[in-house]
Amino acid sequence: MCATCGCSDGAVSRVVGEQTHDHEHSHDHGGHTHDHEHSHDHGGHTHDHEHSHDHEQSARKTISLEQGVLAKNDALAAKNRAWFAGREILALNLVSSPGSGKTTLLERTIRDLKGEFGIAVIEGDQETSNDADRIRAAGAPAVQVNTGTGCHLEAEMVARGLGVLKPVARSVLLIENVGNLVCPAMFDLGERAKIVVLSVTEGEDKPLKYPHMFRAAQVMLLNKIDLLPHVDFNVAAVIENARLVNPGIEIIQLSARSGAGLDKWYGWIRRQAASPAALAVES
Amino acid sequence: MHELGITRNIVAIVADAAKGRRVTRIHVEVGKLSGILAQAIVFCFDVVAQGTAIEGAALSIHEVEGRANCRACGAEFATPTLFTPCGCGSRDLVRLAGEELKIKTMELEEAA
Repeated sequence: MCATCGCSDGAVSRVVGEQTHDHEHSHDHGGHTHDHEHSHDHGGHTHDHEHSHDHEQSARKTISLEQGVLAKNDALAAKNRAWFAGREILALNLVSSPGSGKTTLLERTIRDLKGEFGIAVIEGDQETSNDADRIRAAGAPAVQVNTGTGCHLEAEMVARGLGVLKPVARSVLLIENVGNLVCPAMFDLGERAKIVVLSVTEGEDKPLKYPHMFRAAQVMLLNKIDLLPHVDFNVAAVIENARLVNPGIEIIQLSARSGAGLDKWYGWIRRQAASPAALAVES
Repeated sequence: MHELGITRNIVAIVADAAKGRRVTRIHVEVGKLSGILAQAIVFCFDVVAQGTAIEGAALSIHEVEGRANCRACGAEFATPTLFTPCGCGSRDLVRLAGEELKIKTMELEEAA
């Protein structure tokens, strides 16, 4: 059993002895600097080095792959991004926990801005088309992507959604991701920005508990502020926590229900829609 | 939970590169700040690899510690979390390591 990653005999022992594995694993740990250098120097070193450790006598060949595990999704996301840029479509990826009020916020946004922008929505949920139905009722075309057991949208699902939805040039595409603060952080969909929605009925420490998501987002919408008198929620603390993880994050406090703060959110959308080029340099 | 999809990607990429040859070991680099749990990849690996060219291969995961460079004072330091500040107090950082998610190498059995 490997003490570091918890991999068991069953996971690793079929081809090469556990001993070898353990040795290599611990070696790699100590050798951080080595590996870091290695990524600049390309595959040759690792090849020779690991080869001599593992398989001195066997007829085995090590092949350098150096491939990002998410490279395929990233390539498809880049394709989506180019597609959006060519049509000057502002695509936003809305992420949050389940129940933060994303769909209600989208309904309200559509009702208030549909006279100003073409707005289309891609809805991601594991099951049901309830959210897409709500969005259509609010007056925007929507496609529902059911991810089944999947816990996030991927670039390829968005591309398929676009094929059905066919958003018009200079419109706003709102992508409502699966309610999940973990996985959607890693999957680029080709959006211009991730918008994380957090509601005041959740904990102030969520940015610290789910730092990847808050770091990936450009904007945090703090929703349900109309409930602040009824809940123990420290707004200053959540803002501080969000900035610990992401010093540059823009924070807008609002209530999709009462309408408080929505003007700031709409102002942000208007600025983004007006300056497509400025945002091409997204990190 | 996204590790299942990640593991599927790893197996698919390696199986594709192996072109039918038998793979005996895969080396994957996972940064400790990547949002991916190495243990969960190991957990999924055998099941995902079943019935592919990767079935039976060993999986070696190298976890990379987080490191960053401070834009304010120039120091290089360890970042065990995504919100670890520099000793000088600055959070204006260039991340050097810890976010890797990469298949480094595969080992193949050669027809002798």
